[in-house]
Amino acid sequence: MSLCYCSAVELLGKLAAGAVSSVELTRCFLDQIAAHDGTVHAFLRLDGDAALARAAQIDQRRRAGQPLGPLAGLPLAVKDNLCIRGQPTTCASRMLEHFVPPYDATAVARLLQADAVILGKTNLDEFAMGSTTETSHFGPTRNPWDVQCVPGGSSGGAAASLAAGMTPLSVGSDTGGSIRQPASFCGVTGLKPTYGRVSRYGLVAFASSLDQIGPLARSAADAALLLQVLAGYDPLDSTSANIPVPDYAQTIGQPLEGLTVGVAREHFGEGLDAEIEVAVRDAVRVYQSLGAKIRDISLPHSKYAIATYYIIAPCEASGNLARYDGVHYGYRTDEPAMLAEWNAQRRQLDAAGDPRALDKLDSTLVRMYRRSRAEGFGAEVKRRVMLGTYALSAGYYDAYYLKALRVRRLIRRDFDEAFREVDVIAGPVAPTAAYRLGEKLDDPLAMYLGDLYTVSTNLAGLPGISIPCGFTRDSLPIGLQLQGPPMQEERLLRAAHLFQQATDWHTRRPPLTSTRP
Amino acid sequence: MSTQPYEVVIGLEVHVQLLTQSKMFCRCSTCFGAAPNTQTCPVCTGMPGSLPVMNREAFQLSLKTAVALNCEIPEFTKWDRKQYYYPDLPKNYQISQYDLPLSREGWLEISDPKGAFEPKRVRIIRAHLEEDAGKSMHDEVAGKADSRIDLNRAGTPLLEIVSYPDLRSPQEARTYLDELKLLLAYLGVSDCNMQEGSLRVDANINLHIPTPAGKVATPIVEVKNMNSFRAVERALTYEAARQYDAWQETGLTLGAPGGHKTTRGWDDQAQVTRPQRQKEESSDYRYFPDPDLVPVTVKPDEVQRVRRGLGELPAALRQRLQATYGIDAYDADVIVNQGRALVDYYVALADAVGDGKRASNWVQQDVLRTLNERNIGIDAFPISAAALAELLHMVQRGDLDNSRARDVFGEMLSSGKSPADALQALGIARVDRGEIVELCQRLLSENPQIVAEVKGGKQKALGALIGQAKRHNPNANPATVREVCLQLIETMSS
Repeated sequence: MSLCYCSAVELLGKLAAGAVSSVELTRCFLDQIAAHDGTVHAFLRLDGDAALARAAQIDQRRRAGQPLGPLAGLPLAVKDNLCIRGQPTTCASRMLEHFVPPYDATAVARLLQADAVILGKTNLDEFAMGSTTETSHFGPTRNPWDVQCVPGGSSGGAAASLAAGMTPLSVGSDTGGSIRQPASFCGVTGLKPTYGRVSRYGLVAFASSLDQIGPLARSAADAALLLQVLAGYDPLDSTSANIPVPDYAQTIGQPLEGLTVGVAREHFGEGLDAEIEVAVRDAVRVYQSLGAKIRDISLPHSKYAIATYYIIAPCEASGNLARYDGVHYGYRTDEPAMLAEWNAQRRQLDAAGDPRALDKLDSTLVRMYRRSRAEGFGAEVKRRVMLGTYALSAGYYDAYYLKALRVRRLIRRDFDEAFREVDVIAGPVAPTAAYRLGEKLDDPLAMYLGDLYTVSTNLAGLPGISIPCGFTRDSLPIGLQLQGPPMQEERLLRAAHLFQQATDWHTRRPPLTSTRP
Repeated sequence: MSTQPYEVVIGLEVHVQLLTQSKMFCRCSTCFGAAPNTQTCPVCTGMPGSLPVMNREAFQLSLKTAVALNCEIPEFTKWDRKQYYYPDLPKNYQISQYDLPLSREGWLEISDPKGAFEPKRVRIIRAHLEEDAGKSMHDEVAGKADSRIDLNRAGTPLLEIVSYPDLRSPQEARTYLDELKLLLAYLGVSDCNMQEGSLRVDANINLHIPTPAGKVATPIVEVKNMNSFRAVERALTYEAARQYDAWQETGLTLGAPGGHKTTRGWDDQAQVTRPQRQKEESSDYRYFPDPDLVPVTVKPDEVQRVRRGLGELPAALRQRLQATYGIDAYDADVIVNQGRALVDYYVALADAVGDGKRASNWVQQDVLRTLNERNIGIDAFPISAAALAELLHMVQRGDLDNSRARDVFGEMLSSGKSPADALQALGIARVDRGEIVELCQRLLSENPQIVAEVKGGKQKALGALIGQAKRHNPNANPATVREVCLQLIETMSS
């Protein structure tokens, strides 16, 4: 327990000084996981032996005085939609339950290059589609602050693993808030970088123009360490930005002179819980007290963000997920059973002498596609694939997809105009704190509306960070979102760090003694 | 052709595999014939998480082709996903280009040197780039309905060139394909090997039939499965006749109920087209821009640079050979259609000999015959243009007649000797004119009846004398013998 809540910065110092070995540290986190993951279920897969072996190897290299990477010996966790060669990458889906990628995602390769020790893969909503981690085929993750509550999603496992002290750093992905919202629900820090800042190669795609890999940590300073390793141009990703990566760790402590914080009136409208509003406004006042100028701004098109997002993301998803058809890899329906069923139907139609019905009978190939997908995907994934397929269909494309692209540009323009006046935009991450498991599972629309404040960051391709800024009466964490101009992760990290120097919300720990569910 | 009571209307869609080392969106080899699924990677097998990265070389080759096809090159082009489910399409979408292709509105000029049709510009609707699918192999023989997939071809760059329905006969279609293939070979962008699938052709064909009530059109048929240019010509000839018969029988026209476009496959064995099974509903590919790839911008100066780098293309080359070397359209066509290397050989020969027509005759008759017999290209031809020129000079000077020159040519071919050495090896020596005169005098005195015939205006009779002269002295030039004999006969008569 002692080291489990230490910051990554501190742990790296201890490792470098020889105060602790990577093996000891790895064991410490594995113990914490063993103690609490039965309740929390943050991890889908642990590879304790491999992690310890790797830790031992790094310890040995350190003793031998060999050069080591920036995260040498530090354990961390990776969301299970990032490919690691030779290890199952399930996306929390039955469809990919047995998929073992033959290659490393660029983000993973960079972590290994940095000599990090990967503890295991964290839980997520199936294919990162969801805001609660309840759509995981392998069961939900629970919020360490209240195990009856959801941890948020889709990087719910990543956020919960940090809140529960199971890892000092966690890699997540964010398509519409999937890093920031669970960070907010679990009281940790999560950064969604600018689109293109981190290579998507090896991230199993949900919505390609919105997906972005980013760090989750217990402080902005720790997030900076992880982003430093993840960020950078990758020739394997055409959409990755060929722009130098600043030294985040070096600049994080520098004060932001003359910081102007924008507050968008659209972020405080209908649907926002009063408790959240109070905490966020208090957080803005913290900035004011630190010398920042506060300016009211408007993002007039933000009211269309949800509608736009829930057109574009499903459209791209319907294409990205088409490959899961039972033919190449992943789940395939029980073929003998399927063939038996098909043959029986055919005989029946034959016997009935109905050539037209016989002609309409699907082929065995189509039947296999249908059954594999029907059985391999969960309800939320199907819902989004169907939404996207519909919106892209002939006759609907212009009204839905094309229109959504136009609105997307307007949303970006709102931000461009706002950032002429302000340095960062502060607001809520989500309209509520964590809610109870099952509460919104059957009401997808209510769940989608929870993405109100996060999706526009993705639509505009901007960086956004979520940091703890208070608690509800029920002792659930509340998050503050800071949004910045493209490629200004450095500014967000500094602003977040500034806040965390002045507050202690991010240092609070969940009780974790609560009864098992 | 003009006796047909209808007009044939044909448009062609040609898929060309580009000659790149690696695939369109990954670095796998495009080499044909490797063991199944050995030239694959996470990208071309559509592994979860993999991303495409455009092959610049493929784009450059496409640009080159499009410019050579006189296409407009828009400044902005993008990639789209064409979505359909098929087992040999790993992602279940094909990366292609939909509404903003890399080129549009071009043309290719075709003509027939024998004048079978008027020269014409066949307009090109568009040429766009896409990735190829893999290959399905259905084990129907075993009756197990077993299917195997080879993804080696998946992701190979394909340039799709779509023509307007400007072709008016199967022969024009054939000529268009020949000309297109030649152009692609000159550009070095494809090997156009139909056997290996590097060039594939689909045709759209229907008929315009004049009737007392005005012109009617038959339903459009897309013909597939044609695996050679000859098959294209035959399939279209068959299909035109079939459509006319069908129209006479049913009166079905384009756009009438049941007159929608259908697909038929060419059965090369039976030499017929057969209907192919298709879904009743039209396919909806749900195209949308591929968010994994960035759009490509092509600046006008880049197009200029490509245009300047094209080199001399077949049409221009034919014109130049005719103008510079005085050969006719037919000869220029034969030479140019053999490819750039042969043209270079011809030009070197013609320049050295200073007689384009003579050079053309030798290239077409002797050189090409040898290439065909030996099944080699001009690059493997053992006689250099300079050596052949030397031989032709001897003919020009009258040292050798054509038939002796062919003997020398044969010797040069088999021994690799220079013309002079070959001459020597064959025992051919230059014959002194005095010697010829002497020989002729003797022959004339021995053959008074021939002299009489010639005097009587029957110059043909000299042929027998020339034959005798050759027997006496194989090196005697027939033309010289003839000339000397005529002179002598003239003096005899005066």
